[in-house]
Amino acid sequence: MIIWRWVPFVAAALVLAPIGVILSSVLAPADEIWQHLFETTLIPLLLNTFWLVLGVIAGTALLGISLAWFTAVYEFPGRRFFSWALLLPMATPAYVTAFVALGLFDFTGPIQTALRAWLDSDLSWFPDIRGRMGVIIVMTLAFYPYVYLLARNAFLSQGKRSLEVAQSLGFSRRQGFFKVVLPMARPWIAGGVMLVSMETLADFGTVAVFNYNTFTTAIYKAWFSMFSLHAASQLASLLIIIVFIAIVLEQQFRARMRYAETKRSAQAQRIQLTGWHNWMVIGFVVSVLFFAFFLPVAQLCYWAMQSFTQDYDVGRYLEFLWHSLTLSGLASLLICLVVIAMVYAVRRYPDPVTRYAVRTATIGYALPGAVLAIGVYVPLVWLDGQLSELALHWFQIETGQLIQGTLAIMLIAYLIRFMAVSHYPIDSAMQRITHSVDEAAMSLGVHGWAMIKTVHIPILKPGIFTAATLVFVDVMKEMPITLMTRPFGWDTLAVRIYEMTSEGQWEQAALPAVTLILAGLIPIYLFMRQTEI
Amino acid sequence: MSTPLLQLNSVRQAYGKQAVIDDLTLALQKGKIGCLLGPSGCGKTTALRCIAGFEPVLAGEIFLNGVCVSSADVFVPPERRRIGMVFQDYALFPHLDVAANIGFGLHRLTAAERARRVDELLHVVHLTEASEKYPHELSGGQQQRVALARALAPKPELLLLDEPFSNLDISLRERLSLEVREIIKSQGITAILVTHDQAEAFAIADEIGVMHRGEMQQLDTAFNLYHRPANRFVADFIGQGVFLPGKVIGAQQIEVELGILENAVPHSYEMGSTVDVLLRPDDIVHDDTSSLQATIVCKAFRGAEILYTLRLAGGARVLALVSSRHNHTIGEKIGIKLEIDHIVAFQQL
Repeated sequence: MIIWRWVPFVAAALVLAPIGVILSSVLAPADEIWQHLFETTLIPLLLNTFWLVLGVIAGTALLGISLAWFTAVYEFPGRRFFSWALLLPMATPAYVTAFVALGLFDFTGPIQTALRAWLDSDLSWFPDIRGRMGVIIVMTLAFYPYVYLLARNAFLSQGKRSLEVAQSLGFSRRQGFFKVVLPMARPWIAGGVMLVSMETLADFGTVAVFNYNTFTTAIYKAWFSMFSLHAASQLASLLIIIVFIAIVLEQQFRARMRYAETKRSAQAQRIQLTGWHNWMVIGFVVSVLFFAFFLPVAQLCYWAMQSFTQDYDVGRYLEFLWHSLTLSGLASLLICLVVIAMVYAVRRYPDPVTRYAVRTATIGYALPGAVLAIGVYVPLVWLDGQLSELALHWFQIETGQLIQGTLAIMLIAYLIRFMAVSHYPIDSAMQRITHSVDEAAMSLGVHGWAMIKTVHIPILKPGIFTAATLVFVDVMKEMPITLMTRPFGWDTLAVRIYEMTSEGQWEQAALPAVTLILAGLIPIYLFMRQTEI
Repeated sequence: MSTPLLQLNSVRQAYGKQAVIDDLTLALQKGKIGCLLGPSGCGKTTALRCIAGFEPVLAGEIFLNGVCVSSADVFVPPERRRIGMVFQDYALFPHLDVAANIGFGLHRLTAAERARRVDELLHVVHLTEASEKYPHELSGGQQQRVALARALAPKPELLLLDEPFSNLDISLRERLSLEVREIIKSQGITAILVTHDQAEAFAIADEIGVMHRGEMQQLDTAFNLYHRPANRFVADFIGQGVFLPGKVIGAQQIEVELGILENAVPHSYEMGSTVDVLLRPDDIVHDDTSSLQATIVCKAFRGAEILYTLRLAGGARVLALVSSRHNHTIGEKIGIKLEIDHIVAFQQL
C-alpha cells in the first residue's frame, strides 16, 4: 500500500470540491440579495465581461498573429532580439501595466498635463483612458504574448512551407497567408486566444484599478463590502460556467493540434524584408514593445526613485517582500511535492481512472482566483465550525478557529490553481524516464532507492526546478486569492499594490511592482534558455 | 531540337559567401522526367527551389518554355510559373479532406469543373475510396499520392518532386517510384525530382544529373552514369566498385594486376602513364577454370547473388558479384576472370 497512489484522487477532489460548493449555491434558494443582484448589476456585469473578453481577444489576436508572423518568417535587423523581447510583457502583471497606464495617461497624468500646457487646450478630444477601451488596450498589451508564442510555434513549423505550397498551387503570397497559413495555424491561434480569454475572465487586479466592473470585482465587493458570501458565490457560479465554456473550447483546439503537428523545417530560409517594409515592421515591433514593456518599466523606475526621496518606509517594503517570498516558497514546495507524487502515481498505475484524476487536478488553473477564494473559504469555514463544535462537545475544549486565520486556506487555493503550472515541466521530465531506462538500471544492478537517487532525481531535477520557479513567481504575482484569504497582517507585495493603487498612490506601488517584474523575468529567462525560439 | 521545357544556364545561388549551386546548367525536354541526384548538401534541393521560384538566383538564367523566369534581374513569383510541387513532407492540409486537398489549387475553376477534375485525379492515384478521409487517416504511401494528385490537379507545365520517397519505408520506395513514374507519364507531364537515392533515380527518371558541391558532374542516362562515369566522383557515387592501378601499354590496352584490358575503341590516355581503372562487381566473373585466383575476405548474401570481396595476390581488393549458387566460404580461393568491353580509367591523382 503506497500513499502516493491516492494523491491524484485527493488532488482531483480538491479541485472539484470548490467547484461543487460554488455551483451548488445556484441551487440554493435565492434570497433578496440575489434578486437585487439580478435586477441591478447582473446585466451590466455580463455585458461588461462580454465586451471585455471580445475586445481583448480581438486585440491579442491582431497583435499576437502579426508579431508572430513577422518574426517567424521574415528577416529584418534585430529580428533575433525582438523575437525574445516580445515575451517581456509576460513579466509584468497586467495590473501593474494598468496602473502605470492610468498614472501616465489619466487627466492629471504627465502626458495630458504636458499636452495641455503645450497646446493650450482643454484636451476634450483626448480619449478617456478609464473607459472600456483603456482596459482592453492594457490587457491586450499584457496578454498578447500567449497568442504570439503559440502562433509563432505554428508559423515556425509550417508557415514558410504552407506559403510555398500555396504559391506552388497558384496563389500569391497574400492569398496564401489568408487561405492557407492562417487556417493551418488556426488550432494554435485559437488555443492562445482561449488562454487569453481565461486570463481575462480570471483577472481581478486590472479591472479593479480601472474600476471596470466584471464578475471578479463584483465577487470581491459582494464579499467585502456587502458581507454576503452567498451573493459572492452566486456570482462566482456564473463566472465558473463561462470559464468552463472556454476550457472545453480550448481542449478541443488542443486535440486538433496533434494531427497538424509537423517537424520544424530546418532549411526554410527567411524572407528578407527590404526598404519601407523593413522600417514598417521594425517600427511596429518597437512600438508594441515600448508601450507594453519599456515605457511602463521606465515610469515605474522613475516613480520608485521619487518615492525614495519622500522618506519611503523601507522596513514595511521589506516586510511585504518577506511575506511574498515566504508564501511563494511554501506554496511552490507544497505544490511540487504534490505534483511529483501525482506524476509517480500515474507512472506506476497508468490506468485511465488515475489519468483522468490527474487531468481533473490540472484544470484548476482555469478557475479565477476570486472564485477559488470563495470556493475554498466556504467549505473550510464550515469545517472549522464543525471541528470546534466537536472539540467542545467531546473534550469540552474551546478551540476557537483552527483553520481560519492560518495560511492553510491560501495554500490550498494556491495548490488548486497552480498545480497545472508545475505539472507540465515535471511530467515532461518524467516522460524522459521511460520504462526501459528503469530496466537498463536494474539490469546493471541498480534498483530501489539507489535507482531513484542516481537515475530519477538527476533526470527530474531540471523539471522540478523549472516547476518550482514558475509556481514561485506566479504566486508572487497572484492578487485575488491573496487579497481575499490572507490572514490578518499577511500583506504581500501584490496586496500592497492593490491597496496603494486603489487610492491612486502610484509612487507607493512602484517599488513593489518593480520587484514583481524582476521576479517575472526569471521564468522568461528559463524559457529562453530551454527553447530555441 | 525544340526549345527545352526547362533550361538552366550557369545558375548560381549562395547563402552568405558559400555558394550552394554554382554554374549549374541543364536542359529538360517536354515529357521527360529528370532527376537531380547527389549526396546531402550538394545543392540539389536549392536548385529545385530556384526552379520553383522559392529562391532567387544570383547569376545565370532559368527558362521555362523559353521564357526567362529567374535571373539576376528577372524574378517571376512561383504562383505565376505554372509549376506543381510535391514536398518532401507532403505538406498536406490537415484541416481538409483528401478531395479538398486535391481541389485546393483549382480555385479558378467552377465548382462542377473542379469536382470533375478532382474525381479524375482520385482515379489516377487510386484513392477514390479515400476521398473523404483526412490526411492523418492515410498511410504514408497514400499521403504521398494525395500530394502528387494535388500538385497535378492544376495541370502544371512542370512538376517538381523534392525527395518524394524519403519518408517512406525502403521496401516501398522502388515500387512506389515506378507507380509515380507511370502516373506522371500518363498525364504527359514534364517532371524533375531531387533525391539522394540512386535506385529511386534509376527507377523513375529518363535523365539524371549527378551533383556534387553545387556543381553538375554529369547529366546522362542511368546506363551511362554507371558504365561511363564522366569523373571520379560519379564513378564513386554511382554503384559499387574499386579502383585498381593500371599502366597504359597500348592505344587500346591497359594492364592491371588481373591482366590486360582491351578497349573496343582507342582511349585517350597517355602511353606509359599510370591510371586508376574502375572495376565494377559485375566486371569480375567467377570462373573455376581460370588460372587467376583470389582469396575471399568478406561475403554479403544478396538473394540472387553474393557480393564477394576478394584479395588478389598483390594485396589489392576487388568486388565480384557471383550467382548465389556459388556459395564459397571466407578464406577460400576462387578462380576469376575479367569481362570488360569499355574501360573506365582516370589519371592518377
